[in-house]
Amino acid sequence: MRRIALYRLLVIVGVTLLLEALCLLKVIDRITMPPPHQILRDLATILMSGKLNAAIAKTMTNALIAVSLAIVVGVLTATLLHGYRSVRETLDPLFATYYAVPIFAFYPLLIVLLGLGDAPQIMIGFMLGVVAVVVNTLNGLDRVPAVLKKTARIQRMGTIETALKVTLPYAAPYVLTGAKLAVAYSLIGIIGAEFIMSRGGMGYEISFAYNNFDNATMYPLILLILLVSIAVNGALSRWEKVLLKRRGLA
Amino acid sequence: MSADTLRSARNTLVLVAGLLLAWQCLYWFAGDVAMRSPLQTFLFTARLVTSDAFWPHLSETLRAFAAALAIAISVGLVTGFWLGFHRPSGDVFEPMLVALYSIPKITLYPIVLLAFGLGMPAKIAFGAIHGIIPVAIFTINALRNIKPILVKTGRVLDLGTFDIARSILFPAAVPEIFTGIRIGFALTLIGTLLGEMFAAQRGLGYLLMNAIGLHNIDLIMAVTLLLVMFAATVSGILLAIDRRLHRRA
Repeated sequence: MRRIALYRLLVIVGVTLLLEALCLLKVIDRITMPPPHQILRDLATILMSGKLNAAIAKTMTNALIAVSLAIVVGVLTATLLHGYRSVRETLDPLFATYYAVPIFAFYPLLIVLLGLGDAPQIMIGFMLGVVAVVVNTLNGLDRVPAVLKKTARIQRMGTIETALKVTLPYAAPYVLTGAKLAVAYSLIGIIGAEFIMSRGGMGYEISFAYNNFDNATMYPLILLILLVSIAVNGALSRWEKVLLKRRGLA
Repeated sequence: MSADTLRSARNTLVLVAGLLLAWQCLYWFAGDVAMRSPLQTFLFTARLVTSDAFWPHLSETLRAFAAALAIAISVGLVTGFWLGFHRPSGDVFEPMLVALYSIPKITLYPIVLLAFGLGMPAKIAFGAIHGIIPVAIFTINALRNIKPILVKTGRVLDLGTFDIARSILFPAAVPEIFTGIRIGFALTLIGTLLGEMFAAQRGLGYLLMNAIGLHNIDLIMAVTLLLVMFAATVSGILLAIDRRLHRRA
């Protein structure tokens, strides 16, 4: 296991060094990409100077709101749907094809409906994230063993108590899978919306920098987004693994 | 079987009717500034698809999408087979693939543009990077979940690596791989359209972006409707095939 982690590290370091070499040897020219060490230095400069803190805070706050909404609404919807078989069957094709539909196409509509503030971006992030949570939570609820539900009935638990104390805790690892996807999709939604039309945020700053050939701003911001999403995803994966291990499933 | 088909047809019908109703209600609520009613949109869409100006955009998008999908599936399958078959490389690279899957690839679009320039290659590349990883991840899991006894049987029969891959691994893994391709299809379509929205002079994504810029609500609604119908139809068909494959397995 140690060795595999070492290899993984070697691959990452190797790729970075290769990029560094290609950039320094001018195979990749300066306008396309600055060398990795330069990107890191620019990122440090940007974070220290604090000139983009407002944009970063705006995107991250919006993403946090969108993800939280997606998880809460998604888990609630899934718990409700689980009880109504026919409604769920009707909605199944919608869930199955949902991610094939470019949700961004609804962005202009949302701007007109919700105004030019943060609301349309949060809404796009929410819309992209919520279905992943619903689908995965339903998947988890399907796997709750009948004996647990029977136990709940023997203890005379109501619907809400059963959901809170038995079925949802059992489905927690699956909910986490959904949450991981929701984080990724919501970030995509919010940053994409900022690319298309907005007055601030990291996506806006990236596209502004792109239009001005300002690689010293663009690459560090892209790197920052990638690092944040990988870190959040890694943390959630670890938590998921702990939950699964406790049940002897991993 | 036929009762099943009937039920799924009824479900789809109810769903479509429900969505149309919700659309009409939203229209009554939001009014003409924001959107058009279903009827108006269908009429405008009919006019749009019969106009000459529309077809070059559609064919541009379809060509970019077809190329991106071909790249995504072939590269994804090769990567997946390699990592699924060769355990050590799989252990090293699979978590990296999963991490890559989770990053918002949309942030990479300026880099893709700088690397490939404006136009067709950038669109294809952007579509392909969205599709490759899910196809690869599903292929890896499909190969790993194959019962070892099947591969052992192949070894006993003295089959070479290629023969084992072709006549044992591939058939056993097909249902799961197809699920990967189905998801890859959806993501590649989104990737291609996003690529067109941000940097293109032709294509449905460009048409949509242009309509957003001009606040041409008729056009926004019509293009959105066409995209949704195309995506829903194809993924509905893929989903049906997917379910059939899984049931047989």
